[in-house]
Amino acid sequence: MARAATRLTRFNMTSLALGLAFLYLPIVILMIYSFNASRLVTVWGGWSLRWYHEFFNDRAMLEAAWMSLSVAAVSATLATLLGTLAAVGLARGERFGGRALFSGMLYSPLVMPEVISGLSLLLLFVALNAERGFWTVTIAHTTLTMCFVTVVVQSRLSALDSSLEEAAMDLGCDPVRAFLMVTLPLIVPAIVAGWMLAFTLSLDDVVIASFTTGPGSATLPIRIYSEVRLGVKPEINAICTLVIALIAVIIVIASFASKLSNARGESAAPL
Amino acid sequence: MPLLRIEGVAKSFGNFRAVDKLSLDIRAGEFFALLGPSGCGKTTLLRMLAGFETPDEGRILLGGNDIAQVLPHERPVNMMFQNYALFPHLSVRDNIAFGLKRAGMARKDIATRVAEMVALVKLEGLEKRKPDQLSGGQRQRVALARSLARRPQVLLLDEPLAALDKKLRESTQGELMELQRRLGMTFIIVTHDQEEAMTMAGRIGVMDAGRLVQVATPRNLYEAPASRWIAEFVGDINLFNGQVTARDRGRLTVSTTEAGALAVSELWPPVTKQVVSVAIRPEKVKLSRRAPASDAGAPQPINRLEGVVIDVNYLGGITSYRVKLETGAVVRSSMANTARLDVDAYLAGQRVVAWFTADDCLVLEQ
Repeated sequence: MARAATRLTRFNMTSLALGLAFLYLPIVILMIYSFNASRLVTVWGGWSLRWYHEFFNDRAMLEAAWMSLSVAAVSATLATLLGTLAAVGLARGERFGGRALFSGMLYSPLVMPEVISGLSLLLLFVALNAERGFWTVTIAHTTLTMCFVTVVVQSRLSALDSSLEEAAMDLGCDPVRAFLMVTLPLIVPAIVAGWMLAFTLSLDDVVIASFTTGPGSATLPIRIYSEVRLGVKPEINAICTLVIALIAVIIVIASFASKLSNARGESAAPL
Repeated sequence: MPLLRIEGVAKSFGNFRAVDKLSLDIRAGEFFALLGPSGCGKTTLLRMLAGFETPDEGRILLGGNDIAQVLPHERPVNMMFQNYALFPHLSVRDNIAFGLKRAGMARKDIATRVAEMVALVKLEGLEKRKPDQLSGGQRQRVALARSLARRPQVLLLDEPLAALDKKLRESTQGELMELQRRLGMTFIIVTHDQEEAMTMAGRIGVMDAGRLVQVATPRNLYEAPASRWIAEFVGDINLFNGQVTARDRGRLTVSTTEAGALAVSELWPPVTKQVVSVAIRPEKVKLSRRAPASDAGAPQPINRLEGVVIDVNYLGGITSYRVKLETGAVVRSSMANTARLDVDAYLAGQRVVAWFTADDCLVLEQ
C-alpha cells in the first residue's frame, strides 16, 4: 500500500491533477477574478485591487463581517468550553445511567439536517420571546459546533491512558490537579483544533444563522447570499478571497497544533 | 505489629466478587509477591492498597492507621504501573521530580533527590529525554525511579517486568531485589509469572477467585502446596487419584487405579479424608533401565512404575520424558543434563522404570 503510494506513475499524476483541479479550480478562478478591474464578473479587465478597496468602504458588508467574526469567536469559545467538559465527562466520568443515550444525543447535531436545527432553535427563541440578533445566533452556533469539539476532544482523551491520571494522583495530586497537570496539557492540541473547527463552522453557516438572526444583524454569509440574489458583484469575490485566506491560516495553525502533539509522541488530534 | 495489615477486605464489581474477605499481614522490609491467574483479584487488591479502589468492607492498616478510605494522594504508598504511565509531556527529570514537587520539597532538595534516583536506576545522561525517546528498559527504570523518589513506606509494583523481553527481565529481577535490599523498603509485587515471584519474593501469596489460598516461602509453596489447585498452578506435577488403604507410623499406602499402590510419607497436618491425590514433581521422578535395589535396608520405601518412554524433550539444561504406564497413565520425569555427552540417554520406545521415594510424594486432599 505504502509502496504503491510512493510511486508516482503517469496515471497517478493525471488523476491527482484532475482531482485537485476539480476541488480547487473554481476557488482559484474566484480568487483571480477578485483582482479583476472590470465591473462585469465574467469579463477580464486587467489586474486591480479595486474591489478590495470597495469592500473596505462598504459599511454594511464590514458590519456583517465583524458580526460573523465575533459570533464565530464567541460561539467557538463557548462550544470549546462546553464540548471539552462534555468530552471529559463522557470519557472519564463514572458510568452513569443513560450514558449511551446522552452521548448519542450529543452527537445528533452532527447528522441533524441544519434546517431542522435552525427551525427548532427559532421556535425556541420565539417561545422564550428572546430578541433575535447577535446572542441568538451565537447560542445557535454554540449548539451546532459543540458536538464537533466533543468528538475531537473525546477521541483524544480515549487515546490517552487513564493510568496517567492515576499515576499523578499516586504522586500526590488531588483529582482536579491531576487533570490540570497531566491530562489538560496532553489534550490542548485537540482543544485548539476543536476551537478552530468550531470557528470555521460558525463562519460559513448560512442556514442556522438565517433562522436565528434578527433584523439588522446579518452575518457575512447571509449578507453575501442576499447580495448575490441581486446579481454577483466582483466585491463578493474579494470578500470570499479574504475568507478563504483566513480559513487557510486557521487550518495551517491547526495542523501545526496537531504536529506539535505528534512531536510529543502522541497520536495526532483528528481534524 | 506488621507494617501493613489487610483485614477482611472485600470488593465487588456488580455481581463479580473480585476480592473476597481477604486478610494478610506484610512485615516491614519484606519483598512480597501476589501470584495468581488473571482475574483472581490480585490487581484489585493492589489498587485498593494504592487507593484507586475503595474496599466494600474490611480494613487496611498501615502502621496501625486505617487507610481504606484515604485518597491515593494522601497515602504514603506509591505504585509502579504495569504500562509505566510516564507523563509523555515531561522529561525524565520532571517525571521523577513530579511527586517531589507535589510534596512541597525545596527546589535544591528536589534536584539532589532526582540526581540520586537517576544514579540509583543508572539513567545518567538521559535526564532531558522525553519518555518516547527511551527504550522499554529505560522507561521501566524511569517509572521505578519516579515511584521510589518519594520514599514511600510501601512500594506497589503491578507486573513491573511484563513488558520486557526475557533476558532483560532476568537482569532486572536481580536489580530490583538488590535495590529492595539496599533501601530496606517494603515491596509488594503483583505477577502472574510464578518464576518471577519465586525468584524475587521472600514470601508469596497465591490468590484464586478473590481469596488468598496459600501464603508461603517459594520453597514451601513448591514443595508443600496446600491444595491440588496450587500444586498444579505452581510448576509441573504428576497427580494420581486414589484411596488411603493403610496407615503405619507416618507412612500411607494409597491405592491408585493409574499407578497401583503407592507408598507416601505423610506431612503435617495429616490427611483426614479417605480419597486423596498423590502428587510428585517431574524432577523427583527418576528413570532407570532396571528396577533399583529392593527395599531391604533402604531408609524409605521406593515406588516403581514400569512403562515405555513415549517422548523425549531436550531443553538444554534438562531433558523431560513422558513415560506411559501399562494402565495408560502418563508420568512425566525431568532429569538434569549433568554431562555433555550422555551416551546412556533414554530413547522413545524404550522400556524403563520410573521410580521415586515415599518422601518425595505429597498427599493432597481433593
